[in-house]
Amino acid sequence: MKSLKNHLSLVIALLSILFSIQTFIIVDRAIEAYKENLASNYSLVVVSKKILNEKILIAKNPLLREMHSLSPDSVIKKLNSGIEKKNLELLKLSLPKFYKVKLSHYPSPEEVNNLTKDLLRNSSVVKVETFSKSHDTTYKLLVLFKTVISVFAFSVAIVTILLISKELKIWQFKHNERMSIMALFGAPTWLRSAVLFRLSIVDALVASALAFVLFSYISATDWVSQEFSNIGIKITLFDPITDFALLLAVAITLSTLLASFIVLWHKEEV
Amino acid sequence: MDKVIVAQNLSLSYSKDETIINKVSFSINSGSFVFITGASGSGKSTLLKSLYGALKPLEGSLVVAGVELKGVTKSKLNLLRKHTGIVFQDYKLVKEWTIEKNIMLPLIISGYDKSVTQNQVDSLLKHVRLKHQAGKYPKELSGGEQQRVAMARALSHNPVLILADEPTGNLDDYSSQLIWNLLEGANKQLKSTVIVVTHHIPETMSIDYKHFHIEYGSIHEVS
Repeated sequence: MKSLKNHLSLVIALLSILFSIQTFIIVDRAIEAYKENLASNYSLVVVSKKILNEKILIAKNPLLREMHSLSPDSVIKKLNSGIEKKNLELLKLSLPKFYKVKLSHYPSPEEVNNLTKDLLRNSSVVKVETFSKSHDTTYKLLVLFKTVISVFAFSVAIVTILLISKELKIWQFKHNERMSIMALFGAPTWLRSAVLFRLSIVDALVASALAFVLFSYISATDWVSQEFSNIGIKITLFDPITDFALLLAVAITLSTLLASFIVLWHKEEV
Repeated sequence: MDKVIVAQNLSLSYSKDETIINKVSFSINSGSFVFITGASGSGKSTLLKSLYGALKPLEGSLVVAGVELKGVTKSKLNLLRKHTGIVFQDYKLVKEWTIEKNIMLPLIISGYDKSVTQNQVDSLLKHVRLKHQAGKYPKELSGGEQQRVAMARALSHNPVLILADEPTGNLDDYSSQLIWNLLEGANKQLKSTVIVVTHHIPETMSIDYKHFHIEYGSIHEVS
């Protein structure tokens, strides 16, 4: 029972750090997916005196994904009454050209500014409408959300590191005596610390397995996916191969580091 | 006869301010049985600690089984300890291991085969009359029984050198006699050199022994 308690304390500490890492990954993915979503709905309008070469502009600026000219027909239709067809054709030619521009990703306000400047360098372009007010607010909201999650993940990591360092002291106390006795009978360092490394790897495997079960359950649960689809995004909450490999690597690295510190700081009792 | 221990102008100390053993010189022949006596605090246990490398010489030279302990490397010290059996006053048994596993420790460290290890442990458990307690943990045994386990552990790998620090202190007569018999047996049959730190030399000793006495930081042989 006591041994189980000792195991649990490290397993819980590791599990909480794995939980915060995976939560951060999910939030990051959600933000990226949401940005993509926003990018597909967000477009600029470019007004030009002449017809623009879309291909050249896209090739010049990697932020541009698509550029479509907007038909002036709707404007012409409004002016239709009382104007001769011949004059309408003339009017059509003299109207500025409107282009709807789609971007490759959701840009930052700086990127929007740079793009505007870049487009305005073309002497034919007279105006670029970026709808900056609504764009900037959305972007700032996303940045704020990401910062809050980063602060949360960082706080969890700090608390976990404190928990693990406390665990380190307990383990040090617990294993020091056995390691000293083994040393008195000539056990080399690897043999003295074998138990410690075995325990730490077992705890890392248990914590990773628990994290696997937890996140597999969460990703299989409808309500989480539903919450994301409500804001129009679909993401992988937990990849059983890449995400699990990352969590396992983090858990094993942390626990073996813990064991290594104990071995390094071990003082032989005499 | 080969010398298993040679000390020359050996000084031992825990701090720079106070020297416990002061420039002593002595030697111990291989296969001999030696008692080291002295008043409490005279430095008996300190000297014994230096023999298994837990305390490095402050001055002079100390050679144990051909290994110079002043500035000894970890690997050389481990090698020396693998051939040494130590009995501590406070037993130093691993609490979370069974009696059987505690006795196995030196054999595991020396890399003995599992079947050899098991046979040796079974035989030693019979010798120390603890066969029925093999699966128990140290805290489940009395002080005398724990010291018998420590004795069995010290003998398990047939060491060339056995160091015992007051092995019968606070033990009942039965356990004390059993321990003296085991130490005598190891010296006679295994030809191990036995060095025992004690307050009293038992009257029942059936073999020849040497007696060193420590007083005021110096050591002299009692004839």
